[in-house]
Amino acid sequence: SSGSRDEVLRDKRAQIMSRGLPKQKPIEGVKQVLVLASGKGGVGKSTAAVNIALALAANDSTKEVGLLDADIYGPSIPKMMNLKGNPELTPKNLMRPLKNYGIACMSMGFLIEETAPVVWRGLMVMSAIEKLLRQVDWGQLDYLVIDMPPGTGDVQLSVSQNIPIAGAVIISTPQDIALLDARKGAEMFRKVHVPVLGLVQNMSVFQCPKCKHETHIFGADGVKDLAKSLELDILGDIPLHVNIRETCDSGQPVVISQPQSDA
Amino acid sequence: PSDPPERSNLAAVQHILLVLSGKGGVGKSTVATELALALRLAGKRVGILDVDLCGPSIPRMFRVQDSAVHQCDSGWVPVFAHQDKSISLMSIGFLLEKPDDAVVWRGPKKNALIKQFVSDVAWGELDFLIVDTPPGTSDEHISTVEALRPHKPLGAILVTTPQAVSVGDVRRELTFCKKTGLRVLGIVENMSGFVCPHCSECTNIFSKGGGEELAKHAGVPFLGSVPLDPQLSQSLEDGRDFIQEFPKSSAFPALAHIAQQILDGTSPRSS
Repeated sequence: SSGSRDEVLRDKRAQIMSRGLPKQKPIEGVKQVLVLASGKGGVGKSTAAVNIALALAANDSTKEVGLLDADIYGPSIPKMMNLKGNPELTPKNLMRPLKNYGIACMSMGFLIEETAPVVWRGLMVMSAIEKLLRQVDWGQLDYLVIDMPPGTGDVQLSVSQNIPIAGAVIISTPQDIALLDARKGAEMFRKVHVPVLGLVQNMSVFQCPKCKHETHIFGADGVKDLAKSLELDILGDIPLHVNIRETCDSGQPVVISQPQSDA
Repeated sequence: PSDPPERSNLAAVQHILLVLSGKGGVGKSTVATELALALRLAGKRVGILDVDLCGPSIPRMFRVQDSAVHQCDSGWVPVFAHQDKSISLMSIGFLLEKPDDAVVWRGPKKNALIKQFVSDVAWGELDFLIVDTPPGTSDEHISTVEALRPHKPLGAILVTTPQAVSVGDVRRELTFCKKTGLRVLGIVENMSGFVCPHCSECTNIFSKGGGEELAKHAGVPFLGSVPLDPQLSQSLEDGRDFIQEFPKSSAFPALAHIAQQILDGTSPRSS
């Protein structure tokens, strides 16, 4: 009987602790939310988010896809989607997302000047994320792809606690250093009860355009080993290709401009 | 009420340098590590403070990720990376129970730990303390700059990769430095070109020149371009001393040059 008393105590404690936490409320009109994270910076989250959003729309032209750039400090989506400018306001005072290639996008980058840094502490970041999620006129979306910033902090917590997430995809390069952080990213999603759909290995191999010799600049197969140890699927393996960077810099993501390439 | 700078744990540290970038994954920890190794080879005593609480990379880069931190009278004892105690390290990586533990904290908790890292680590006598930061301009950066302000840091090195998305973020970081009164020692352009080991053809995977242009545009010194070097990535994975073991590798000249410029800038003969 002491065992069941402990259980009752534990449940009661969990109930009291969860009273202070925000309740998850879905965004109006949005069917499924997909989150792209990594833990580590610079592994290609934004690049993949943009191309995945476009691929989702290209695979099924009846689906409406939105893209939210949750990286408050380093928003990359505007540049990659070739979008600029302040969003208009609807009569209901919601921000209208900017559209390109059929994808509705919202980013901190549209709300600040290109060179202005966002030097904010956690609380302000939380309220900004809330605005980017709920004060946007998303309309009816089948998928909302959210590009997360690096790390496992305020933004990730705020997003996972405030809206129900259908799944998270974790991206990493093959290096140990990146995998360490990817593992932490997976652990974080487990803590906040977000299902992890799988891992994507990016920058896996580079093929010299002249002699076709393949070099594994950042190591090889690291992500495959991590996936096995975390019992997750590998959703994809993306090579290092000059085209990917060139098309991102010019705002014409590779899925749109070069659908035949290896990437 | 913290100790005045003269009596604090940082009193015997000659120069404090921050390694910043607006963008993630450009090589801040790599540059911090290699700079420390190069300065050590030049006979300096170096410390690295890793304030990246979510993704601490420094312990791994010196192969001391399983070390623990001990206490002494003046606070925490930094972990020494080599037998001769020439490089000392402090990172949250040493405080975690398991290296895979995720640190999922909100701002105030992070700020408290950073304040402790700055004031409660017994660094002893150091010529250089290099502070490795996470990407962005968030809680960690604000707290670190505030906590270090009374100790008059030498300045910041900004690292970027050449492509436009990185340069954009680093431009914001430059503004952050200006706003917080942090002197910018220069910009490093990392992952600048890859030379195929087979045919020696150079491909600019991440573009080229973006960092140099930014430096010119912003009127800050350009410290150099470091190429993509598989030997460098591998030696960081293994926690080896790249500077001593691979002097003929493609990234070595650039890294050595950066260290030399820092030394020149801090030698007593310079104005």
